[in-house]
Amino acid sequence: MEKRVRILVAKPGLDGHDRGVKVVARALRDAGFEVIYTGLHQTPEMIVSAAIQEDVRAIGLSILSGAHLHLFGKVAELLQKQGADDIVIFGGGIISDEDISELKKIGVAKIFTPGATTEEIVSWAKKHVKAS
Amino acid sequence: MHERKHQFTTISSKRIERLYGPDNLKGFDYNRDLNEPGQYPFTRGIHNTMYRGRLWTMRQFSGFGTAVETNKRYKFLLGHGQTGLSVAFDFPTLMGYDSDQERSQGEIGKCGVAIDTLADMETLFDGIPLDKVTTSMTINGPASILLAMYLVVAEKEGVSWDKVGGTVQNDVLKEFIAQNSWAFPPEPSMRVVVDMIEFCTKHVPMWNTISISGYHIREAGSTAAQELGLTLADGIAYVEACMKRGLKVDDFAPRLSFFFNAHNDFFEEIAKYRAARRIWARAMKDRFHAKNERSLILRFHTQTAGCSLTAQQPYNNVVRTTIQALSAVMGGTQSLHTNSLDETLALPTENAVRIALRTQQIIANESGVTNTIDPLGGSYFVEALTNEMERDAEAIIRKIDDMGGMLKAIAIGYPQKEIADASYRYQKQIESKEKIIVGLNEYVVKDEETLEILKITEETAGVQIDRLKKVKAKRDGSKVKQTLAALKEAAATNKNVMEPLVECVRAYATLNEMTETMRSVFGEYRDPAIF
Repeated sequence: MEKRVRILVAKPGLDGHDRGVKVVARALRDAGFEVIYTGLHQTPEMIVSAAIQEDVRAIGLSILSGAHLHLFGKVAELLQKQGADDIVIFGGGIISDEDISELKKIGVAKIFTPGATTEEIVSWAKKHVKAS
Repeated sequence: MHERKHQFTTISSKRIERLYGPDNLKGFDYNRDLNEPGQYPFTRGIHNTMYRGRLWTMRQFSGFGTAVETNKRYKFLLGHGQTGLSVAFDFPTLMGYDSDQERSQGEIGKCGVAIDTLADMETLFDGIPLDKVTTSMTINGPASILLAMYLVVAEKEGVSWDKVGGTVQNDVLKEFIAQNSWAFPPEPSMRVVVDMIEFCTKHVPMWNTISISGYHIREAGSTAAQELGLTLADGIAYVEACMKRGLKVDDFAPRLSFFFNAHNDFFEEIAKYRAARRIWARAMKDRFHAKNERSLILRFHTQTAGCSLTAQQPYNNVVRTTIQALSAVMGGTQSLHTNSLDETLALPTENAVRIALRTQQIIANESGVTNTIDPLGGSYFVEALTNEMERDAEAIIRKIDDMGGMLKAIAIGYPQKEIADASYRYQKQIESKEKIIVGLNEYVVKDEETLEILKITEETAGVQIDRLKKVKAKRDGSKVKQTLAALKEAAATNKNVMEPLVECVRAYATLNEMTETMRSVFGEYRDPAIF
């Protein structure tokens, strides 16, 4: 039996709005991924440590608080430092087009903004998050 | 007979019939089920004049950057006819962190105003007379601290506490259920809430000690019935906790208040508000044997549904907000916030929030709906829907009773799971086009023009951290230490924490110093991550 691809989904920072991330976590799980949802109030350190420990292929971050440049940046930096930057970073939230360009520059693969469907997210994940 | 759909449902998936008539109201008794406005069970409204006597308070939730910017915005809003203040704090403040902490990086002033010490509160209300203006503060985990700060600001203005009016949200139960801005675990959080109710009942009699909220439960994805049932179950839990402390129900119940969402389904929302009043009045009378009429009255604030707004074609949001605001008014709300058209993208610009305020003013002055009380009373549809809403909400309340109360229900994850399930179901309904959202899954426009939005830069963080540094440098460090030690002692020995907190605030202790002191006694709570 094929091993399921593992994805870590997380809420970094202090933002407590978890409606979206819970929907994404469930959709990915229903689509056949092994989803680890960290819950709220995670620091970048906690997220990267969990991702490596759980041996995931991707990290999905949900940020609606405006702190995305800082938090995605920290996660990308830590992954690099720990030699784990083969882990795909993606995410969603309230993020402007301008900031999406900035995030792409630091290695974030994809950002989903309000209106994105679970279908789109699952379809993207199936294409871009593969078993190693 | 051909119809457009095989079933017509509300946004909460409640089935609606083709037509309602007398058959839907078998056994209806006007005096028992409705009665006059201002009379038990208050279904038609809590006052006998309602908006003919006084309009609802127009209270726009607002805050961003540092206290300097927000003070300006408050003066702008008051100048344009807003009749009460409502404070939005940034995430570090909501969670009890100071701006100079690592956890606060990237978050300062972005989602609300940054408040670290009394000095920030003084700036926030500079030039605003706290004996003439009431303020609602959306704060929960560290509510005790922000209330203490507000009271000291009033004191410094020369306003005695018995003249201070306002509200703290302070509804910790719904934090564990939906909003997630807790500071301590459930039991100690409840203890602090009761401390605040006890303190205010004695010293701040005009203060609404809690705003028992359904808004956030709804925003997290619940149905209307879940919003109603879970909120009132929370209310019951607070009354029980206060009575366990030995407080007399008629002493504190009149100052409990509520906060509901105004979502898209116009009639479902109106039925919800009417049912809310009736259920609460009956619960207070039958469960808690309250004798004071004011203990039976459910007063509520409403906010139009943030989660219903779209980032696509944002001007459509003005229309949504208008319909939602209208339902709140026709449902008899005491206070109202209308969302701005750009709030899916950012905090509102001046122009956007002005339109939101004008929406309320147009409803109040031009629509005619305020000419009479409970205009939809007697409608077969609305009365039937009110009955159904009451029945559905009561079923949820009973379920929670059977679990042993709300704290037990939260511990086993019941409300969290219900909400997550409802939210996922709704998302699927949108994606299958069972539910249409204009501009999103239908009537879509490609390549929209970008809207000018409010941007909060990282410069704000630097300014705020500087403000904090200056306060720390000026204050009497030993006084801070002494007052924090007294706070810790009170927390650890079950003494009311409010007076020790007021002393800490007077000494310019920081928000985190006070929160951390209490956390060292109460412990921390980790999100159980139920999805």
